[in-house]
Amino acid sequence: MLEHYLSLFIKSIFIENMALAFFLGMCTFLAVSKRVETSLGLGVAVVAVQAITVPVNNLIYNHVLKAGALEWLGFGELDLTFLGLITYIGVIAAIVQILEMTLDKYFPALYNALGIFLPLITVNCAILGGSLLMVERNYTFGESVVYGFGSGIGWALAIIALAGIREKMKYSNVPAGLRGLGITFITAGLMALAFMLFSGIQL
Amino acid sequence: MSSKLRKVLLDPIFNNNPITLQVLGICSALAVTSKLETAIVMSLSVTLVVAFSNLAISAIRDYIPASIRIIVEMTIIASLVIVADQLIRAYFFEISKQLSVYVGLIITNCIIMGRAEAYALKNPPWQSFLDGFGNGLGYSFILISVAFVRELIGSGKLFGMTILAAKNDGGWYQPNGLFLVPASAFFLIGLMIWAFRTAKKEQVEEE
Repeated sequence: MLEHYLSLFIKSIFIENMALAFFLGMCTFLAVSKRVETSLGLGVAVVAVQAITVPVNNLIYNHVLKAGALEWLGFGELDLTFLGLITYIGVIAAIVQILEMTLDKYFPALYNALGIFLPLITVNCAILGGSLLMVERNYTFGESVVYGFGSGIGWALAIIALAGIREKMKYSNVPAGLRGLGITFITAGLMALAFMLFSGIQL
Repeated sequence: MSSKLRKVLLDPIFNNNPITLQVLGICSALAVTSKLETAIVMSLSVTLVVAFSNLAISAIRDYIPASIRIIVEMTIIASLVIVADQLIRAYFFEISKQLSVYVGLIITNCIIMGRAEAYALKNPPWQSFLDGFGNGLGYSFILISVAFVRELIGSGKLFGMTILAAKNDGGWYQPNGLFLVPASAFFLIGLMIWAFRTAKKEQVEEE
């Protein structure tokens, strides 16, 4: 059992890396990776939100939305899965808001460090993507906790690595047209190729 | 159509492209472009969703309290995406399997949110509709060009029809598997940005 969770954890960090294998959360991945410090803050915020939202959405899916989940209320045939998208995004927006208020009240230092990144996470597709992939693969509650945590760490790892490369890039002479966004795309492409090496590994 | 409206519609295609200049909506541009078919279905859904969400948000822009506007926008966008998702499932079931979670992810496609925040909240409905449509076209332009190159070089086909006969089927063309790997989309878009910015110097970023 523990082995299964462990392999899922490793798989969600490296083999199925959110950013470099599924290309989720790319907008922030490319836009907020200029400095290691800020990307570290964003990475931590994503891990926290991902580790909470995926299990919560898992519970909602299994106990409210899934066909037949409301049988105890007398709605045996009811299938609410078409409401999935709007429910997940609502849950994500609510949890981000709650997290923001909690941090503001009890951990002001951390709140100030994360700053504007917290609200931005609502529209980070890695978060919604994590919930949708969890539903698509029918994870159990235990699996969803591990998957949420692992995929968050994988994304954070990727953005910190990219920021590290971009900091060094300042010292190189990039052709004018490629400067900024262009070279970042190509760097991310090379990183994605490197991460493909993990794809053959069977755990 | 007056010249101002035409500018609103056509500017996002080359001069202010959402992907290459505004850095919006990149996830799906990478993941669904290995085939033309999926790219076109995706472009179509994004274009329609962004146009209609702009229209709806702009129509009620004076009644949305500023503090809850994100939630209101999200609800409108999510409802439109659910419609698109159900339509694709009903009429293009095979393609919906290939698109997997990426249709749902249109909700968090930053183009839609970005245009709602930056344009629809400040401009009248008809203009916002055109702005959304134009940005959808700019997105589609990149998506379809990338998918064209990837499918042609990666498997020698277009729309699943053989253009370059592959060696395995007795032809002469040796498909380049690298182009089927999503990472190749990074390189293609990177090169496209380079081309765009060489043609239009004012888009070059400062150091």
